[in-house]
Amino acid sequence: MSDPAAHVVIVGAGHAGGTAAALLRQYGHAGPITLVGEEPIPPYQRPPLSKAWLKGEADADALTLKPLEFYAEHDIDFRPSTRALSINRGAKTVALSDGSTVPYDALILATGARAIALPIPGAELEGVMFLRTAADAELLKATIGSGKRLAVVGGGYIGLEVAASGQALGAEVVVLEREDRLLARVACEALSTFFKAYHEQHGVVFELGANVEAFEGAQGGASGHVTGVRLAGGRVIACDAVVVGVGAHPNDELARDCGLETARGVVVDLDARSSDPSIFAIGDVAHRPMPIYSRMFRMESVPNALEGAKQAANAIVGRPQPPGECPWQWSDQYDLKLQIAGYAFDVDQILLRGDPATAKFAVFHLQGDLVQSVEAINSPPEFMMGKQLILGRKPIDKGRLADPSISMKEVAA
Amino acid sequence: MAKITYIEHDGTEHVIDVKSGLTVMEGAVKNNVPGIDADCGGACACATCHVYVDEAWRDKTGTSSAMEESMLDFAENVEPNSRLSCQIKVTDALDGLVVRMPESQH
Repeated sequence: MSDPAAHVVIVGAGHAGGTAAALLRQYGHAGPITLVGEEPIPPYQRPPLSKAWLKGEADADALTLKPLEFYAEHDIDFRPSTRALSINRGAKTVALSDGSTVPYDALILATGARAIALPIPGAELEGVMFLRTAADAELLKATIGSGKRLAVVGGGYIGLEVAASGQALGAEVVVLEREDRLLARVACEALSTFFKAYHEQHGVVFELGANVEAFEGAQGGASGHVTGVRLAGGRVIACDAVVVGVGAHPNDELARDCGLETARGVVVDLDARSSDPSIFAIGDVAHRPMPIYSRMFRMESVPNALEGAKQAANAIVGRPQPPGECPWQWSDQYDLKLQIAGYAFDVDQILLRGDPATAKFAVFHLQGDLVQSVEAINSPPEFMMGKQLILGRKPIDKGRLADPSISMKEVAA
Repeated sequence: MAKITYIEHDGTEHVIDVKSGLTVMEGAVKNNVPGIDADCGGACACATCHVYVDEAWRDKTGTSSAMEESMLDFAENVEPNSRLSCQIKVTDALDGLVVRMPESQH
């Protein structure tokens, strides 16, 4: 492509879309850029919403990726509070909710994912919340606080981060998890056990194997403000607010409706290009190849958003793609820094390095003598070197890896 | 407010007024200065905001925490004046600060 006058339209002004717009300018793209976002504010970072921002340690200015003026100064036509309604691939246009139709030479879909709602009675009650957007976080922050009882449905990373932040704000927090352990879909048992104990030390209460049947309201039913969560069997957990964190669903309807190849997400190649060569998909909505694991999947993380933005921007301006990547993500809870490198695909052994009792350890997921993934708690060397080992496909000596007295640099040497 | 000079690896200079309270990393990222990636947005989780602090400013920018040291240890081309720019808070006292960027953050 690499047409310097090409009109690039970006649908979705989250971390991925906002980054793509900025990178296109940074890489010297001279043509028009239109950035369309549903939210009323310019692109911002979502991770702090459940952490520093919720605890009042970061303000709205700190959240934004770039100040609002940036978009005008860099000739990016940013259209907040605007939805894309449909894509006409033949005419190469996007119809927007403000009534306009925007032509594109290249279209980047960065529509993200939405929080999954529980299809149960009372889901519409006031005080039953999600945590996805800055507006969600604003509402949650105004609702929880000293002495309030917060029920968190879902013991995944979002749920645990909200629990930690809620606890820090003085709320009484109970986490309701359907599975018999926390982080069941995303982490190994050692990590689940560790996080549960750590949160309990900070006063969080857990209900595992909890099947949430309904949310109950003040007026004895499905209206007004939430007062409790009813579990299967009839027991009711009283609360003043609920946060539902049970996963997200990709916003791939625009792509489906115009006939792009999708698979719970928009199917793309290593240039972030979809089955239509003029349309790209990045961030949470992309179902993309990950060569180190010889498979395709969808990820929800900032590093994934950034990688997709780089791939699409590079492909559009005709720059070479960066070298191979090792996907990674992080989570902060209390004074714990969790850094995860890779995904635990095709693992035949889990190896612990360090002692969980010290809150400084790492869990390595191995396939033979290759590292597939590492979960590092307060252990940057294990994370940083783990990333290199995953990417380099370099065999390691398991005995040495399990011995924390041997430094990671020596283990990898 | 502090005037900070960011110098890219190829010598390109960017002089930016950065509000007190932001970090040196945020000053670069919010103004689209290339060369500081800051993938994690300042959580000290990625070591992609590595800079070299001008010798004259090393005292005023303080010392790095154990976590920062530990992350920096795995960055490329680390020097004694290396810092993660997300861990340097901007104050009026940093007016005139000069930082240089490494060739690559990855």
